[in-house]
Amino acid sequence: MLSRTADHVYWLGRYAERAENLARTLDVQYRLSLLPHEVRSDGVGWEHMLVTLGLEGAYAEKHASIEPHRVIDFLAFDRGNPSSILNCLRAARETARAVRGSISSEMWETFNSTWLEARANAPSRFTARNVAEFIDWVKYRAHLARGVVLGSMLRDEGYHFMQIGTFLERADGVARLLLARLAGEPGADVGGPVALDYYPWSVLLRALSAFEIFRRVSRDSVTPMHVVAFATFRPDVPRSVLRSAQLVYENLQAVANARSAETERRAGRLHASLRFGTLETLTSDGATPYLRHVLATTADLSERIGRDFLGHASPA
Amino acid sequence: MDSPEPKYDEMHAESGRVRDHYAAYSEWLIRQADDALRQKRAEADSLFHRVGITFAVYGEQEGSERLIPFDIVPRILAVDEWRTLAAGLRQRVRALNAFISDIYHGQDILRAGVLAPEQIFCNPQYRPEMQGIDLPGGIYAHIAGIDVVRAGRGEFYVLEDNLRVPSGVSYMLENRKMMMRLFPELFSLHRVAPVEHYPDLLLENLSSVAPAGGADPVVVVLTPGAHNSAYFEHAFLAQQMGVELVEGQDLFVRDGFVYMRTTRGPQRVDVVYRRIDDDFLDPLVFRPDSVLGVPGLMSAYRAGRVTIANAIGTGIADDKSIYPYVPDMVRFYLGEEPLLANVPTRVLRRPDDLAYALAHLDELVVKEVHGAGGYGMLIGPTASMAEREDFRLRILASPEKYIAQPTLALSTCPTYVEQGVAPRHIDLRPFVLSGREVRIVPGGLTRVALRAGSLVVNSSQGGGTKDTWVLEA
Repeated sequence: MLSRTADHVYWLGRYAERAENLARTLDVQYRLSLLPHEVRSDGVGWEHMLVTLGLEGAYAEKHASIEPHRVIDFLAFDRGNPSSILNCLRAARETARAVRGSISSEMWETFNSTWLEARANAPSRFTARNVAEFIDWVKYRAHLARGVVLGSMLRDEGYHFMQIGTFLERADGVARLLLARLAGEPGADVGGPVALDYYPWSVLLRALSAFEIFRRVSRDSVTPMHVVAFATFRPDVPRSVLRSAQLVYENLQAVANARSAETERRAGRLHASLRFGTLETLTSDGATPYLRHVLATTADLSERIGRDFLGHASPA
Repeated sequence: MDSPEPKYDEMHAESGRVRDHYAAYSEWLIRQADDALRQKRAEADSLFHRVGITFAVYGEQEGSERLIPFDIVPRILAVDEWRTLAAGLRQRVRALNAFISDIYHGQDILRAGVLAPEQIFCNPQYRPEMQGIDLPGGIYAHIAGIDVVRAGRGEFYVLEDNLRVPSGVSYMLENRKMMMRLFPELFSLHRVAPVEHYPDLLLENLSSVAPAGGADPVVVVLTPGAHNSAYFEHAFLAQQMGVELVEGQDLFVRDGFVYMRTTRGPQRVDVVYRRIDDDFLDPLVFRPDSVLGVPGLMSAYRAGRVTIANAIGTGIADDKSIYPYVPDMVRFYLGEEPLLANVPTRVLRRPDDLAYALAHLDELVVKEVHGAGGYGMLIGPTASMAEREDFRLRILASPEKYIAQPTLALSTCPTYVEQGVAPRHIDLRPFVLSGREVRIVPGGLTRVALRAGSLVVNSSQGGGTKDTWVLEA
C-alpha cells in the first residue's frame, strides 16, 4: 500500500483514539469534581491533568487561572487548541477524507458524520455545562467507529497500520491518565487511607470502562497501586497498557519489512516488560517512573514507525 | 428572461400531451403530495452531506465544501432516442481519436487542407512533445465527456467535446444511487437501464491500453490532492475500481519506469489515469513550478513504459477553435456522414463570420476558444449594452480567439424548485470510453440550470444535476 495512505490511516487511528482518550480523561476529572470536598483535590486535579497532557502552557496562554469550566472548554471545544476533542474529531475526518478511496465507504461516512454532528452541536447542545452528555456522545461515536472498522475494513496493511496507530495512542493515553491521577495523590506512590482512595480510583476505573471488570476478576481493594497494576498489566482488559502494547506488537509483525527489525524488537521488548510486570515492579521501580518509561517507549516507536513504513524523513 | 425560440419540452409534446416515455412517471408524480417531495429533497441533501459528496469552491475559505444541488425529478430518454445518440457519440469519438493520432503523426488532414496548419501549430493545446509517439491502440481520448443539448424539435447538438479530464461521472453514479434510495417504487414501475457498472468498464478500458507485456497491469488514479474541487470524484473512482489513488509525490521514475512508493518498497505502475492537466504532469517538460506532477514521467511515457489516460495533447481536439471542424473529421477519417450535428458555429477568424457576428451580437453566444466552465462567454440576448460593447472590443482585438453560435433554445425538463415542479433548461454529458473498443453506459450526467430561464448549467454557476434514465422498452 502507498506509504502516504498508510501514514493517513495510522493517523486516523491515532486521532480517533485520542478523542476518545481525552473524553475519558475529562470524564475522570469531571466526576471527581462532583465528589464531596474531602476526597477531591480541587484545582490541583485539573492542573495535573493539563500537565500530564502536556497542555499546561497552551492553556496558560489563554487563561490566567485554572477554572474547571475553562479547562473543560479548552480540552473539549476550543478550536484554538489543536489537541481539543473537537479538533481531534475534525482531524480524524480530514484524514479519513484524504484516504476515502482506500477505506470503506461506511468508515468514511461514520467519521464524516461524527464531525458534522459535532460541528452542528458544539456551540449549542455541547457546552462545558453539559460536558457529561458530550463525553457520552464522544464515547458512543467511538464505539460506532470501532464497530465500523471491525465490520467493514479489509484486513490488509491499512487495517494493521490503523490498529498500530490506535493502540500506540491508547497505550500513551492510558499511561497519561494514570500518571495524572498519581500526580493528584497526596504521597503519590504510597497510597492514603482506603476510604479516600476508593472514590477517585473507582472513578478512574469507570472511565476506562473497567470498574465492573475489576470487581469481577480481582479480589483486591480499590487502592492506587492495585488499580495502576490492574490498568497496566492485565492482558484481558480492553484498555490496559499491556493489551495495547501487545496489539501494537502483533500488528507491527504483520506489516514487517526489510527495515523494521529494530522497531519490532523494541515493540516486543515493551510488550515483554508489561507482560511480565507485577505489582512488585511498580512498588520497587515506582509507578510514576515506570509509566514515564512507557511513554518514552511509545514516542520512540511512533518515530521509528514513521521512518520505517510511512515515508517520514529520519531525524538529522 | 426567456430564450428567443420555442423550446423542446422533454416531458410534454406541443399538444400538452405527456410523451410516452414520461407517461408512467408523470402519473406517479401527480399522486405525490408536495410535502412528501419536499421531505425527499431534504433527505437527499442530508445524505449527500453524510456521504461527503461535495466539491470545494475555489477562492473561498478552507473547508468550504458545497453540495451540487441534486434535483429529484429524473431526466428520461426513450431507448430509441438513446440508440441514435449513442451511435453518433461512438462515431464522433472515433473520429476525434483518429484526428489526434493524425495530428501527432502524418498530419494528413492538414495536407488535405481541411484545417490550416496555423490552427494547430499556433494553438497552445498542441503539444510538440507528442509528435511521433505511438500509443497503445492509437487511443488518445480514453475517457471523453461529450456535452449534448436538444433544441428545436428535440434534435441533438453537440455543444462541446471534453477530451482532457472530463469530470462528473461520479455524480451520474451517485445520483442513481440516491434516486433508488429515495424512490425505490419508481424503479419497479420503470425498466431503467443500469449505469452502476461504469467503474468496471473504466478499469477494463484502462487495463486494455496498458503498455504491452504486462499480464496484470497496475492502474492508479492521479489526483492533485484533497483540496481539488473534484477530489471526491477521484477518490470515488479509485475506490470503485479498487486501485490506488496517488498524488504526484507518491510516484517516481527510475530506470525509465514509473513506480509508486509503498510500505513494501517501490511498485511498478503501468497505467496512470490522471486527473491533472498536461501542464502539471512533469515539471521537467511542462511547468517547472508544478509540485503536482512526477519528474521524468514524460520520458517514461515516450519510451512506452507507461500509459497516461487521457493522453497528453488531447486538448488540441477539444479546443473551441477546432470544434467547428469535427463533422469534417468524421467525413475525412471515417468516410461517413456525421450522425450528430454541431451547433452551427461561426469562426471569427473568417472575415465573413466576423462581420456577421459583430452585426448580430445581441442574438449570439460568443465564446472564447480557450475558455471553460461558462467563463469567458457572452450570451448576447441577456447581456447588457456595456457587456456587449466590451466584448466587441475584445473580439476586434483578436478575432481568432472567438467563435459565435446562435442562442440555442435548450430543451427543458420538469424540475423540483421552490415553487414546485417547473421547467428548467438542461444538457447532457454522456461518458464515452475508448480502449480496445468504444463503450458507453446508457445516459450520462444531466445538468440543469436551476434559475428560471437561465441557460448556464455549470455547477460553478448555480447549476444542479439530475439522474438520467434510459428507459428500456
